[in-house]
Amino acid sequence: MSNWETVIGLEVHVQLATHSKIFSGASTAYGAEANSQACAIDVGMPGTLPLMNAGAVALAIRFGLAVDARVAERSVFARKNYFYPDLPKGYQISQYELPIVIGGGLAVRLDDNKIKYVQLTRAHLEEDAGKSVHDAFHAETGVDLNRAGTPLLEIVSDPVLSSAAEAVAYLKTLHTLVRWLGVSDGNMQEGSFRCDANVSVRKAGAALGTRAEIKNVNSFRFVEKAIDYEIERQIRLLEAGGTVLQETRLFDAHRGETRSMRGKESAHDYRYFPDPDLPPLVIDAADIEQARSALPELPEARRLRYIDRLNLPEYDASLLTSDRAVSEYFEALLTAVGQPKLCANWVLGDWLGALNAASLSAENSPVDAHRLAGLLLRIVDNSLSSKMAKQVFENLWQSAESADQIIDRLGLKQVSDSGALADVIDTIIAANSKQVEQYRAGNEKLLQFFVGLAMKATKGQANPAQLNDLLRAKLSG
Amino acid sequence: MSVDSAKVRAIAELARLAIPTAQEAAIATELSAVLDLFDALAAAPVDALTPLSHPGDPHLRLRADLVTEGDQREAFAVLAPAESAGYYLVPKVIE
Amino acid sequence: MSADLDTVSGQLAALASGATSSHALTERALQRAADAQLPLNALISRVGAQHALAAADAADEARAHGQAGALCGIPYAHKDLFCTAGVATTCASRMLENFVPPYSAAIHERISSAGAVLIGKANMDEFAMGSSNEHSYFGAVHNPWDLTRVPGGSSGGSAALVAARVLPFATGSDTGGSIRQPAALCGVTGLKPTYGRVSRWGMIAYASSLDQAGVIALSVQDCARVLDVMSGFDARDSTSAQRAKIDVAAALALPLKGLRIGRPRQWFGVGIEDGVGAAVENALAQYAKQGASIIDVDLPSSIYAIPAYYVIAPAEASSNLARFDGVRYGHRCNNPIDLADLYKRSRAEGFGHEVQKRILTGTYALSTGYYDAYYVRAQKVRRLIANDYARAFTEVDVIAGPTSPTIAFKLGEKLSDPLALYLADINTVGVNLAGLPALSIPCGFSAGMPVGLQLVAPTWREDLLIGAGHGYQQVTEFHRAAPPAAGQTETVHE
Repeated sequence: MSNWETVIGLEVHVQLATHSKIFSGASTAYGAEANSQACAIDVGMPGTLPLMNAGAVALAIRFGLAVDARVAERSVFARKNYFYPDLPKGYQISQYELPIVIGGGLAVRLDDNKIKYVQLTRAHLEEDAGKSVHDAFHAETGVDLNRAGTPLLEIVSDPVLSSAAEAVAYLKTLHTLVRWLGVSDGNMQEGSFRCDANVSVRKAGAALGTRAEIKNVNSFRFVEKAIDYEIERQIRLLEAGGTVLQETRLFDAHRGETRSMRGKESAHDYRYFPDPDLPPLVIDAADIEQARSALPELPEARRLRYIDRLNLPEYDASLLTSDRAVSEYFEALLTAVGQPKLCANWVLGDWLGALNAASLSAENSPVDAHRLAGLLLRIVDNSLSSKMAKQVFENLWQSAESADQIIDRLGLKQVSDSGALADVIDTIIAANSKQVEQYRAGNEKLLQFFVGLAMKATKGQANPAQLNDLLRAKLSG
Repeated sequence: MSVDSAKVRAIAELARLAIPTAQEAAIATELSAVLDLFDALAAAPVDALTPLSHPGDPHLRLRADLVTEGDQREAFAVLAPAESAGYYLVPKVIE
Repeated sequence: MSADLDTVSGQLAALASGATSSHALTERALQRAADAQLPLNALISRVGAQHALAAADAADEARAHGQAGALCGIPYAHKDLFCTAGVATTCASRMLENFVPPYSAAIHERISSAGAVLIGKANMDEFAMGSSNEHSYFGAVHNPWDLTRVPGGSSGGSAALVAARVLPFATGSDTGGSIRQPAALCGVTGLKPTYGRVSRWGMIAYASSLDQAGVIALSVQDCARVLDVMSGFDARDSTSAQRAKIDVAAALALPLKGLRIGRPRQWFGVGIEDGVGAAVENALAQYAKQGASIIDVDLPSSIYAIPAYYVIAPAEASSNLARFDGVRYGHRCNNPIDLADLYKRSRAEGFGHEVQKRILTGTYALSTGYYDAYYVRAQKVRRLIANDYARAFTEVDVIAGPTSPTIAFKLGEKLSDPLALYLADINTVGVNLAGLPALSIPCGFSAGMPVGLQLVAPTWREDLLIGAGHGYQQVTEFHRAAPPAAGQTETVHE
């Protein structure tokens, strides 16, 4: 029935890109051997105490400012008390009543290109738990505390999303932003960006329905499926006269359905209270302003600038601002070369294409912007044809030479000398009088025949535009 | 403030303490006596005051984001009641 | 002439003059500790003789090379909640019966660096919860003045060791009076510094916003010496304060003349034993005789101190002790059926009755529906109490009164009444709630048992305590009185 409304709120746990943990000096690097990155504090040894990581605070502030939120000048860490093997202290240090970031919002472009401004409730700092391994030990679960203590920023949206598609659009925007800011690497496979969705349905105009929480979905595709399934499940349930339980559900990717978490208590009393080991976090207004001025140009602002000032098409502008490394590469290229469209074409076409083929990320490009700029400059000054340019690019990728060095080595310098070209053309015209007559009789398509011969004679190095002009001039008699 | 056996069970569950059924009533009595102390707080003239969580009202000090701790698995493994291949072991948990 | 070999100061002087060696002092301490173990049960574990003597010899060596630290060669004990790397640290609990930490408490690092020689880990109430040292997995401690009586708690072992002249000092911890009250009941001197003065790194936590490490010794001067070594900023403890060191020499020289001593009406009310009251009044009279002024002050919020403490301390403890779950260290039950069983049985087996009780009351105080009425309200009462003290300190320099309302009671006497023991803390808990420094010094006897005088100073003014306490000890002899059985072994190098 179409008079059902969906109400979705999203909680995203973002792992912050710090070197060390939020409350200890152990490393946060991914993939280490079990418990090799868990120091006494992370293991919850008796007598140990937490020490706040300045880097985590800085990244939280950066995020808050980028979403126009209020950065609290005073925020408090609280203990969330519960028992679980991957929670070594028997409590998680989080923030409850006084979080570091309050409010804010994100402009999200939906599929139909409309913009929806999604308000955020808050964002707070907390520590991650360890990992449980259930299938490696016979009748037991193994606990690895390497992840315990990794800094998290929990970002909570207002319940203002009304479809799975909107939810995904919001998540993608948020994902791009946190990566853009360097706040997180956003690696979903490694668990750096984890989404929980709170979903409820109601008849239009009615009060909010009971919500179910779908936990820990780690791909955009699965988020969309999980939410769609859950909406349908709730509607079916309510239409059949049942009630939706306030519960936590997991998404089963194989079956494409959500199911209730077995064995999980329905009501947790977390007994939050301010952590006595950590005095309140006080942030100077001056430090907040300094952080604000150090913010990079944000993706949406940059995208609009590319459209308005550089006259790039929307498609190009969007792609160029979907990733900070790509965008910075483009910016560097643009500074050296000018010619926004030319740079955009090369970045989005040849460069990204080559990266994808080699499974490399932008940060690991074997061709830096400076070297590629060298190539584009030769196109701009007409000493290299587009076709030759692609050949030079392949060589740039394989070696450390500059574009000029490659052009020299391969003898690819474009022939733009009108005298030399004129001689070549004269020779061709003299040797192909029949075609010349046919052309002069009106068969304009034969131009290509002459172009082909001229290219062959110049080993492809004739400047096409010049060649064209000269040919036309000479053929016309 | 008085608590009954059911309440004792509920709190013991939250605190993960096994309390034999036979002792529940006795513990309820003991706890009730302590909780009676709490009721004296109701009369305290504190409505205009804010809570004092940290004497001296200090501010949180920040530590530079540096890796200062290495692998200490061996040192902690010897303290573990059940451990294998670097993992702490607990009875299997079903999620 | 026999040297004073019982005090820190006496021992340091004898070592400096060559009258004795650390080796001799340590042998003496080891012998006395062995002799005292059965009657007092004040030590949970002893560092082996070989180990202790090796440390003593190293201290003698250092001294010979002119590199003697401030406590070089002095034997001592740590209350068994301070982590000592390689040495069992049990908190007097079955939960940590075999726990040997690979790291040390900050105060252990400092005292070791100063050259003192660890003899053993002192018995205590389990996880520092208690006022009689009857709640220990390793059995009760007995008061050296009367073996049928309690030494006080939770630092009962530390106080007994010093009172019996086994060791010249022992470390303690004070969350609601756990250094001061046993010092009073055992006739020795105990000092609890301002919250944040001494690092809590490596100190197994009971109530984090109240716990503070301190020292028990035979004189204020000795306490000051040891505190000087223990105190100081530690970056590993976020509640550790950056403060200048106490100028101990200046503090010791503080004149009693002109000192304004506050006498709170609320500390001398019903519940104070007559003999205790009389001894304390005599002490105040002595101060007056020395030129101090005794001024009546008001601490009206005193009546709320016990309820506030018994909400806050158990609440924080219930959270601090959640880490003891049988997973990574400590006691684990046999053959757990599932995770819930692992937790519940390991904890029920590992924790004693009093600890379980406080975990339950603490959990209750934090739970939904009760948090605002109990925990939040108690934290507001805390501010009320701190304000009361601050106001009183605008009129006086220090505040004085009985440390404990009674002399040491008989073992078992208060165990059947759940609240009786709690009320023993009536004069001490307010100090912890407000984070203030305080001292207990012997000031007389009642029915043959020691009575302690408590002095409280404003935050960071340990110098006032040291001055007021030392001044009193220069004109009285109570701190020199030893229980009859003490000092039986004499090994003095001439």
